[in-house]
Amino acid sequence: MTAKDFEVVMGLEVHVELKTATKIFCGCSTAFGAPPNTQVCRVCLGLPGALPVLNEKVVDAAVKAGIATNCEITAYGKQDRKNYFYPDLPKAYQISQYDLPLCHGGYIDVEVRGETRRIGITRIHIEEDAGKLIHDGEGTLIDYNRGGVPLIEIVSEPDFRSAEEVGAYLRKLRAILIYAGISDCKMNEGAFRCDVNLSVRQRGSSEYGTRTEMKNLNSFNFIQKAIEHEAQRQIALVTSGGKVVQETRRWDQTAGKSISMRTKEDAHDYRYFPDPDLMPIVVSTERISKLASELPQMPDERKAHYIQHYGLGAYDAEQLVSSRAVADYFEQAVIGCSNVKLLSNVMTTEIFRLLGDQEGEERVPAFSAADLRDLVNRIEDETIHMGIGKKVLSLMWTGAGHPDAIIEAQDLKQISDPELLKLVVAEVIEAHQKAVLEYLDGKDKAFQSLMGQVMAKTKGKANPKMVSELLESAIQTMK
Amino acid sequence: MKKMNEFTLAESLSLLGKKEISSQELVSAYFEQIDRVDAEVGAWITLDRQGALRQAARIDDHRLKGLALGPLAGVPGGLKDNLCTTTMPTTCASKMLVQYTSPFDATVVEKLAGADAVILGKLNMDEFAMGSSTENSYIKPVRNPVDLTRVPGGSSGGSAAAVASFQAAFTLGSDTGGSIRQPAAFCGVVGLKPTYGAVSRYGLIAFASSLDQIGPLTRDVTDLAHVMNVLAGHDPRDSTSVTVDWPDFRDSLRADVKGMKIALPKEYFGKGLNPEVKAAVLEAARRFELLGADVDEVGVTTMEYALPAYYLISSAEASSNLARFDGVQYGYRADDFEDLRDLYVKTRSQGFGKEVKRRILLGTYALSSGYYDAYYKKAQQVRGLIRKEFSDLFKTYDLILSPVAPTTAWKLGEKSKDPLEMYMEDIYTVPINIAGVPAISVPCGKDTSGMPVGMQLIGKPFDEKTLIRAAYTFEQSVGGWRHDG
Repeated sequence: MTAKDFEVVMGLEVHVELKTATKIFCGCSTAFGAPPNTQVCRVCLGLPGALPVLNEKVVDAAVKAGIATNCEITAYGKQDRKNYFYPDLPKAYQISQYDLPLCHGGYIDVEVRGETRRIGITRIHIEEDAGKLIHDGEGTLIDYNRGGVPLIEIVSEPDFRSAEEVGAYLRKLRAILIYAGISDCKMNEGAFRCDVNLSVRQRGSSEYGTRTEMKNLNSFNFIQKAIEHEAQRQIALVTSGGKVVQETRRWDQTAGKSISMRTKEDAHDYRYFPDPDLMPIVVSTERISKLASELPQMPDERKAHYIQHYGLGAYDAEQLVSSRAVADYFEQAVIGCSNVKLLSNVMTTEIFRLLGDQEGEERVPAFSAADLRDLVNRIEDETIHMGIGKKVLSLMWTGAGHPDAIIEAQDLKQISDPELLKLVVAEVIEAHQKAVLEYLDGKDKAFQSLMGQVMAKTKGKANPKMVSELLESAIQTMK
Repeated sequence: MKKMNEFTLAESLSLLGKKEISSQELVSAYFEQIDRVDAEVGAWITLDRQGALRQAARIDDHRLKGLALGPLAGVPGGLKDNLCTTTMPTTCASKMLVQYTSPFDATVVEKLAGADAVILGKLNMDEFAMGSSTENSYIKPVRNPVDLTRVPGGSSGGSAAAVASFQAAFTLGSDTGGSIRQPAAFCGVVGLKPTYGAVSRYGLIAFASSLDQIGPLTRDVTDLAHVMNVLAGHDPRDSTSVTVDWPDFRDSLRADVKGMKIALPKEYFGKGLNPEVKAAVLEAARRFELLGADVDEVGVTTMEYALPAYYLISSAEASSNLARFDGVQYGYRADDFEDLRDLYVKTRSQGFGKEVKRRILLGTYALSSGYYDAYYKKAQQVRGLIRKEFSDLFKTYDLILSPVAPTTAWKLGEKSKDPLEMYMEDIYTVPINIAGVPAISVPCGKDTSGMPVGMQLIGKPFDEKTLIRAAYTFEQSVGGWRHDG
């Protein structure tokens, strides 16, 4: 057996911090970054005698997440205690939901390699976050500010077969939650965290292998690496006659590998039971309709619109809607744009490259969408060609102003005067006879080098199409 | 002439209102009584002499100035030591919390302050309210004021003993499976376990959250109505607290039970019931008949399951509620520990007493994977059946009458060896907590050793007024509350 005979099977658990102003069971602020233990009270510190009161906005947000991911909403839910000892958990139990999560049985469609894959959502439940341990040189300190911040946990079906699918799903899920206004999903603040359950099996098998769980992966990059590493580790183990142990593993990014945290034997028995301090969560159909009506247009609706009205491909459309801010920006740039496909290309390649990985926050260029549209229009009307367009864009990125001003100031207008170009072509042919002969000999590369020479002589401004035609005809006459 | 501290709460209110006595005099009289008797009784864990006298002076001053005063203005009371107070420690009579002072007051403490009551101090109890004799206090045992060689009942033993020995005009206790009613019966005072949700649990250090209720202990039913007026009401900080349009309970102080239908479940009078207790309670039933009530003997089928269900549910909840006492944030912390696990193990092994540890173990087991269905879940199913049985009975009857406990107060140490024997003491009281209905414990006689016997009147949910009316009618018919009668 080789690695190719194996299939990776994954399911995800995603924890998302909700954007409510106050915590799930008390009035403390949820704002990130306050000095330690300044956003705490008797309730979220779990002091004796204090009691939780459910923040109904948390229910609203979770129900919205459920609606946006095609889930059924549980009409009569409850909250349960998950019991375990750890210093970041002041009550020694986390209030969560066990057998009656608020939402269940949904799905998300994602685009992977030109195919639509439907990923099942098993459940979405609400729970409270724990505090944070801070290890300094002398000991361990506890910051309880995060304790009691509302979370939803979104559990998927084991529907993933590749890291690519996982990435596509996470980006889509994140987009949906941001669109719905439920969370900022800031990964660098821990507001969007992912656990990956992974097992391997021989292709064609219908049984699942023993799975491991990798905890708290908080960057798309790490997730990808962690999955690749863990899949290889398990396959190597199985092919060498070993057995995968059911365990929880922690991804160590600096070491580039995962480390075993605990095996099944010392796994917690959480002793879930209904929290007697809290009443059942009742969600009426009226409430569901009201929350549904509050949801804005979701990514899939926008995506369909882009495909239908602008003729974009499914993959590009998916890329554009994967961030609400980017999609909004795109929709502004579309107004008055003479080539929307070109705009889409510029955005999904050049703009995305300049923006970098969208993990931390929702970012768009500092210049206006109208400026970008004008740049695209200049390319479309052949004032400049695409290569110069990239140059203008990078200048716009540094704050150089409107594309027309940049083109003017830098003298970047395309040279399309055939007489002028003929002269340059003649000069280049004259000076590079060797390349001409090579091209005539059938070496296509030589043609590119000749093109490059012409472009260099015109500071890149020559109309590439015309140069290509002129070169070709000039060389052909030499045959 | 009665000593000032021997006046009932209602009498004191009247004398205070007429300015015949001052609150400062009254409070001082109570402290004198405490100094006289509590070395033997052991009812108090903490006293707040300065705070109480300051509050009394403030109320006297307001009264002289003619300012508005609350319904319990100037009357001294005490709090079970599992009710959070900012002015005194809240120990739960546990080594775990001997040094713990809460940064907030329980809702009932705020309500008493709002009613201008004077709080003398905090009262002894079984550790974390687990026990039926108050012998499980880490600090000291409480003795029954009627016979100092006997237990006062529990877990609110300090609350009952303080009222019975004139050390407080009223006290608050908490009742998870009988912890107000049984000590009230043992000490010969009145105690009410309100309907679940009637009184806010906010600031009550939880034993078993789905069963715990705070309630008053007083010398007579009239006093109880006064205190209950202050305690009952919705609290947005307690999700299990209920909004009810509560009446003025003083309006229920009418001696009239004509036409009231009372059920007498024969299973509550079966094997294990002390004959003298049985006779006294049946005598009370006959008295109700003479007073014009219809008393019917009925049969119930769920009683024998109530006790095991109670011990599973209450211990399961306790195992989770008490997990927070881990030595990390507050309370007792073991001196030397090697690592986190060692900190937990040593702190909890040293900080909790034997009975508390027993219940935590029992509860942890009942919730464990593989045992949950057989124990916790089954107990919850039983709970459903018990609730239904009560609710069915209340379709026909206004009240149910039973003994409070199978025996009267026993000698200290007599039942400490066998926890099961002690648990059996709760057999008549736990079904009430499981069903969430209200019940009042009223003295109805004495055994041949002179120890008080209590009867239990059980009512419909949120129908405390009927309980109070029936209890008051009975009390009046036997000539009122007499400590030595």
